[in-house]
Amino acid sequence: MKISSLLLALAAMAISLTSCEKESSEPTPTVATTGEVDIELDHVVGANALVLNAATPNYTTPSGDHFSVTTFRYYISNIKLTKEDGTTYVQPNSYYLVDAAKADSKLLALKDIPTGDYTSLTFTIGVDSARNMSGVQQGALAPSDMFWSWDTGYIFMKLEGKSPEAGSGAFLFHVGGFKKPNNAIRTVSPALPAATKILVRADHSPEVHVKVDVLKILTGPTTVRFADFPGAHMPGASAVKLADNYAAGMFRIDHVHAN
Amino acid sequence: MKRTQTVLLAAGLAALLAAGCQPDAAVVPLETVPGSGLPTNFPAPVYGLDQNPPTKVGFELGRKLFYDPRLSRDGSTSCGSCHQQFAAFTHAGHPVSHGIDGLLGTRNSPALQNLRWQRDFLWDGGSNHIETMPAAPITSPVEMGETLENVVRKLNADPEYQRHFEQVFGSKPIDSYQLLKALAQFTAALTSANSRYDHYVRHESGGTLSAAELRGLTLLTQKCTPCHSTELFTDNSFRNNGLDATFAADSGRAHITQRPTDRGKFKVPSLRNVARTAPYMHDGRFQTLEQVLDHYAHGVVASPTLDPLLKPATGPLGLALSSQQKGDLIAFLNTLTDEQFLTDKRLSERP
Ligand code: HEC
Ligand code: HEC
Repeated sequence: MKISSLLLALAAMAISLTSCEKESSEPTPTVATTGEVDIELDHVVGANALVLNAATPNYTTPSGDHFSVTTFRYYISNIKLTKEDGTTYVQPNSYYLVDAAKADSKLLALKDIPTGDYTSLTFTIGVDSARNMSGVQQGALAPSDMFWSWDTGYIFMKLEGKSPEAGSGAFLFHVGGFKKPNNAIRTVSPALPAATKILVRADHSPEVHVKVDVLKILTGPTTVRFADFPGAHMPGASAVKLADNYAAGMFRIDHVHAN
Repeated sequence: MKRTQTVLLAAGLAALLAAGCQPDAAVVPLETVPGSGLPTNFPAPVYGLDQNPPTKVGFELGRKLFYDPRLSRDGSTSCGSCHQQFAAFTHAGHPVSHGIDGLLGTRNSPALQNLRWQRDFLWDGGSNHIETMPAAPITSPVEMGETLENVVRKLNADPEYQRHFEQVFGSKPIDSYQLLKALAQFTAALTSANSRYDHYVRHESGGTLSAAELRGLTLLTQKCTPCHSTELFTDNSFRNNGLDATFAADSGRAHITQRPTDRGKFKVPSLRNVARTAPYMHDGRFQTLEQVLDHYAHGVVASPTLDPLLKPATGPLGLALSSQQKGDLIAFLNTLTDEQFLTDKRLSERP
């Protein structure tokens, strides 16, 4: 008993020491081989800019439902850049919580990317299942109201607002869930505009301008009418439908500034 | 990081010293930090000691938070309000929990013990981790009615907490990560492994069981396993033990999985300290262990998801138990009471 607890203490020490070493032995990026990419997220509703908290409904769905938006938040994670030859750069510890109400959250600054010509951008909308199961996290993943504790897991996307067509006058879409059959994790690779590459160089940081269209949450494979589809609050079929909608076209790369 | 290392080094040295200078005692000496040792008769923990390594300052911070009613919206309710030490951290005498504003929950407050060995939390298994689990009561409108953001704000406004958190984590300001890590230092420390039964299986002094208690132990392994099996007296599965025909009030596991085949299934609770955790079952419907055994003997109700173990090939539903057998079982269940755990000053509100 005593010996085993001593061993455990030593093991714990060893682990903490190794993790320290890892931190200090991280490769120091040399100026010549890496660069930066900025992803700028531009929130829109169809052809209009997203303006939160309008007093009266300021948007209309293609089916004719009127609405305004009070909250729009989502996670982007596991960003990956791929070169023409198929080699990839996978961003380590890649988690971002984007909040339409917070300007600085709409700019994702990716650093230490190996220089090269990248032809596609891939990312997950939501949080991978591993991070849904490994206890409390830090940074963008620190538990907040984007986290369900009674059915553990992150809320991948939150869209809340008002609509006269909704029975209660409001709609509340909370999408999450990482277990079959209600897995709502979606990974997308929105196409770059024709003949466009993301050219990462040591001396210039390309800006990728992405339009994020709220209307695409309500349209796509499932047409959302607020009267009969006013909410999703837990992992389940409704959340999966909304995830399928937004995966089908919420993100569109508008243009890339080479800088 | 440096800080953690020093603390661990100190803990390591302390362990060395302790190992070097203490004579071999029959009874395991108390660790400096409660729950920082692993009982030899237990299986490997789910939440290893290397995750969130126990430290004295971390444990003390966790304890302070656990007993602090400021974690609730109106400052009335702490974790300890519904989880009382003398009752193995259940809510003594309360069938369902009472939260802020006198609001009633729908479920019985379970014992908090040996959580380090638990994979799923809550009666329906909705919570998958000891660290994130406390966010559920904190944010439940009928329990503590708070937001993590606001709790963190309150803690950051308190100089004593500022100091204590910085001592533990070495960084400012306090955030939800630190809050939940600190709480887990306390909840993971609630190890109960010093009942008379434990002394018996570990061949320690004081570990004698009477003839009736031994008969009860044999009966338990015949009738109550695999559900209440292993040294934790639960297989951590979800099962329907025949409390209801429809489970209209609470569908249990199906609430999480949305599978009809999980309707009426609840997490099998441990039987450790069970003599002190009345009332019983997820809705606190039984007041005594006699009533529980009467349920298994002749109260089991049929439903599509009733556990096959309670559907014998012949005869009535449930488990055949004579009154002598019930007496023996209860005698054994009483040996699972761990007075050292229930009265350990270090786990109490005022240590
Ligand atoms: C209002 C009473 C109440 C308060 C306050 C409360 N709890 Fe609980 N606790 C409960 C109830 C009831 C359950 C079971 C709920 C369920 O299964 O849905 C529970 C379950 C738990 C569990 C899961 C145990 C298991 O075996 O599954 C843990 C851990 C826990 N509580 C810790 C805490 C902590 C830490 C706090 C303070 C942050 C706290 N509780 C505050 C009533 C309460
Ligand atoms: C088929 C599996 C199964 C068998 C067999 C079984 N139990 Fe249980 N037991 C459960 C489940 C599941 C619960 C929780 C049910 C609920 O609350 O909905 C439970 C609850 C209990 C409780 C209440 C504990 C608490 O903290 O509320 C006691 C006491 C208990 N069982 C004792 C026994 C004894 C003694 C036996 C053998 C005579 C036994 N059980 C056999 C599955 C089983």
